[in-house]
Amino acid sequence: METWRTICAMPLVELCKRLGNGQLSSVEITGAYLASIGAQNSSLNAYVDVYDQEALAQAKASDARRRAGQALSPLDGIPMAVKDNILVKDRRCTCASRMLQDFIAPYDATVIGRLRTAGMVLLGKLNMDEFAMGSSTQTSLYGPVRNPWDLKRSAGGSSGGSGATVAAGMAPCALGSDTGGSVLQPASHCGVVGVRPAYGTVSRYGLVAFASSLDQIGPLCKSAYDAALVMNVIAGADSKDATSREDLAVDFLAEMNNPVSLEGRIFGLPRECWEPESGLSPVVFHGLTEALSRWQSLGARLVRVSLPSLTRAAWAYDLLSSAQAASNLARYDGVRYGHRSGDYRNLGEMYRHSRGEGFGPEVKRRLILGAAVLEGGNSPVSYAGAQRIRKALFREASDVLESCDGLLMPVVPTLARSLEGKEDSVPSLCRGDRFGVPAGLTGLPAVSLPCAQDRSGLPMGMGLMGKRENLPRLLAMAYAYERAFPMAEGTRPHDLGWKGGERHEA
Amino acid sequence: MQLRTKTKLFCSCATSFGAEPNTQVCPVCMGLPGALPVVNAHAVRLAALAGLALEARIHPVSRFDRKHYFYPDLPKGYQISQFFHPLCQGGRLVIQTGAGPKVVGITRIHMEEDAGKLLHGGEAGSLLDLNRCGVPLIEIVTDPDIAGPQEACAYLRKLRAVLTCAGVSDCRMNEGSLRCDVNLSLRKPGALLGVRTEIKNLNSFQSVERAIWAEAARQAEALRRGEPILRETRRFDPVTGRTYAMRMKESTQEYCFFPEPDLPPVLLRPETVKDLRASLPILPDARTERFMTVFGLSPYVAEQLTQRRWLADYFEETACLAHNPVSVANILLGEVFALLKARQGEETDGIPVAPRRLAALSDLVSGGQVNSSAGKRILAALFEEDFEPWEYARSFDLLLLREERALREAVSRALEENPAMVAAYRGGKSSVEQALMGKAMALTGGKAEPEMLKKLLREALQEQTT
Repeated sequence: METWRTICAMPLVELCKRLGNGQLSSVEITGAYLASIGAQNSSLNAYVDVYDQEALAQAKASDARRRAGQALSPLDGIPMAVKDNILVKDRRCTCASRMLQDFIAPYDATVIGRLRTAGMVLLGKLNMDEFAMGSSTQTSLYGPVRNPWDLKRSAGGSSGGSGATVAAGMAPCALGSDTGGSVLQPASHCGVVGVRPAYGTVSRYGLVAFASSLDQIGPLCKSAYDAALVMNVIAGADSKDATSREDLAVDFLAEMNNPVSLEGRIFGLPRECWEPESGLSPVVFHGLTEALSRWQSLGARLVRVSLPSLTRAAWAYDLLSSAQAASNLARYDGVRYGHRSGDYRNLGEMYRHSRGEGFGPEVKRRLILGAAVLEGGNSPVSYAGAQRIRKALFREASDVLESCDGLLMPVVPTLARSLEGKEDSVPSLCRGDRFGVPAGLTGLPAVSLPCAQDRSGLPMGMGLMGKRENLPRLLAMAYAYERAFPMAEGTRPHDLGWKGGERHEA
Repeated sequence: MQLRTKTKLFCSCATSFGAEPNTQVCPVCMGLPGALPVVNAHAVRLAALAGLALEARIHPVSRFDRKHYFYPDLPKGYQISQFFHPLCQGGRLVIQTGAGPKVVGITRIHMEEDAGKLLHGGEAGSLLDLNRCGVPLIEIVTDPDIAGPQEACAYLRKLRAVLTCAGVSDCRMNEGSLRCDVNLSLRKPGALLGVRTEIKNLNSFQSVERAIWAEAARQAEALRRGEPILRETRRFDPVTGRTYAMRMKESTQEYCFFPEPDLPPVLLRPETVKDLRASLPILPDARTERFMTVFGLSPYVAEQLTQRRWLADYFEETACLAHNPVSVANILLGEVFALLKARQGEETDGIPVAPRRLAALSDLVSGGQVNSSAGKRILAALFEEDFEPWEYARSFDLLLLREERALREAVSRALEENPAMVAAYRGGKSSVEQALMGKAMALTGGKAEPEMLKKLLREALQEQTT
């Protein structure tokens, strides 16, 4: 009889195997994860809503299907959790904001539909930065998510709940959303694999929009193989999302099953990310540079490349994402749903007070910036100007990717931020976001892969970016690395018999 | 104007008019979190068809943009419209004015989604119905070519004729499928265009006319007093007959246009445009020409019949079955329209009489087999049930008597019974003929065919005098 800790330590692929050969049932697996959540969530604050009863009911139904030989997919019965900006029918979808605190979603997001069609079990909704704006979940209405590796630190953001959940074994995989690094960065801080698919791979219908031309839903998992399994479930063009693409829904396991090797693969290292002026902290620089030599030891060739527009990428991202956010959040006006102020005498006051009370300060900052950008017309601080930088970065990245298999770059310049200090949003306006932003701006796929740990065991991730159609290959290459250099046994939170209180001293 | 599609511009909700409030809605048109627009291709085709019917340039690539403002009937806080790259540009419409035909230039035609409806007043405060939200519209903007209220109405009537004919829209102002905003400025002859004001919320042709008069008068008076005209938005109050400035907040808007990121560009292939052009039915002007040359109608009559496509189609079908098209036209424009107006009011779209029946009736009238009052009676009955007009006339004894022998008898008797009148006629008083006609007609019980009777009477009188 496996304890919940043992089950929750297994990767997704292992759970699928045991479900397939009858060693484990979905009820056992789901029960284990619910126990894990019960034991740990009060310290981590990763879950906003837990669907205990419904999850067990879904698990029972899955087991019945399997017994009848009618499993819906290899992942039938596997539980997972999703970020609370993805709509699940008849359930709260809060976006960690007072504005939507009591909003009940009247429909399922397309990705949720795909999870259901595969027979997966929904464990609940995960904590995040308010409306996905932030990189530490400190802007959440429900308070920040704590990093399982060190409770005094942030799990990153905005998909902090997703990262912490997988790292601590409170779900075998989780969905997050990435606009400017919101899947990649928490994956890095939590020592798990995070995938930001190419724009258009996964339907955005039912994802609460932040920046329409940048948002993508992506999985966070314990391994690149697990991520490919989940991608196969969620990817696919959707008639309800005009920006989703047919040609990107491929078999993400396609390149996994051939012998995967990094021998002879060429990786570009953009100097704008690796040079001293880029803002990389010494610890991260040191850790990732050692990781690079490990890549080389597997036969990979590293070349220096340049993406000059990277130096202006964070700035362009801030303008574009704020402008689109201001537009996308205009619908939260208290008229039809969401928070409406109790105190107003006319329409103008109703709007101002409802939005004033409903939104937190970081959201308001971005809305104000966004409105200013949209009014800017053709000035340099304008939407059109930011779009030009974006196009330039895409051209530069595409050119460079003609002659290499992928780009390797840091995902975050520092380790996970301490939660003790004051929340500071200014870093997001600086070079700090340089790293999470290129994938979002170019729409190219990216994987964040745990590659190194500092002396005390805190993880950091390597970013791997490639051509639009190459996510299967990126996952396969990441898989080759992680098989050769798995995170040391006994250093992962759920390995530590971790009760959700202490941090392991190295 | 609203495009004649079954579903909305960005979702598959129905567009039918008059449904229970908030029953034709979905996450997309309600602006719920996470919802995304998807373009209705049929709407794009209809919009392009409108452009073709108005001789405009159709852009093979056009884009949607977001136009932002806050109002409860706009769920997303922005309207998806076309600002930077509209579907069509340039175009023309020829209208008839007192001084002859005039070309009204069309600046642009673009697609956009409609907003919902707010109902004010009552204890509940304002009520919001989102059924209309997302319905596909095209906005047609003219060049500043229209010189006054009559031209404005002529333009609107012609626009309605052309676009209903093309099947683009129902153009019913009372249902809101045709709406009109007026931009008006005054200037001295030869001077540059003056400052213009915009008048919104006009929902009948009459309001358009009255609003133009009212605003022109207001601006003229202001200019006379030396006051400047403010570039503002005004509304027309049909009760007082005057225009009022809308609150500044409503009229000075920063719309913050930017390209709609959720939608790819609208692409129209040349083959599609070619097919659309080929699918255009014959338009009112061309059809008017045709009615004049093929059916021999006068220009005025022909133009009246081509105002509505259904009417033109009905006329054509009927005229082909009848001997005399002019007679058909006269009956349609006269008695049929009178009956329709009494029963259905202004906005009618069909005649409850089968074309072959109307053709038969027309033949009876034009062939002199019934007189006009009998014709009216038969027509009214045809509105209620279907029958063969000749049968009806026969069974109700409405057929005019044309039997020569019977008529001659009546004439003879009339002359016999009225020797004094005959003598007066012989004595040179030709006006007596009329009275004798009356007598002869009475002898036939009013059933004689007048022309024949007159001819026979004249003959008889000639005989008498020789």
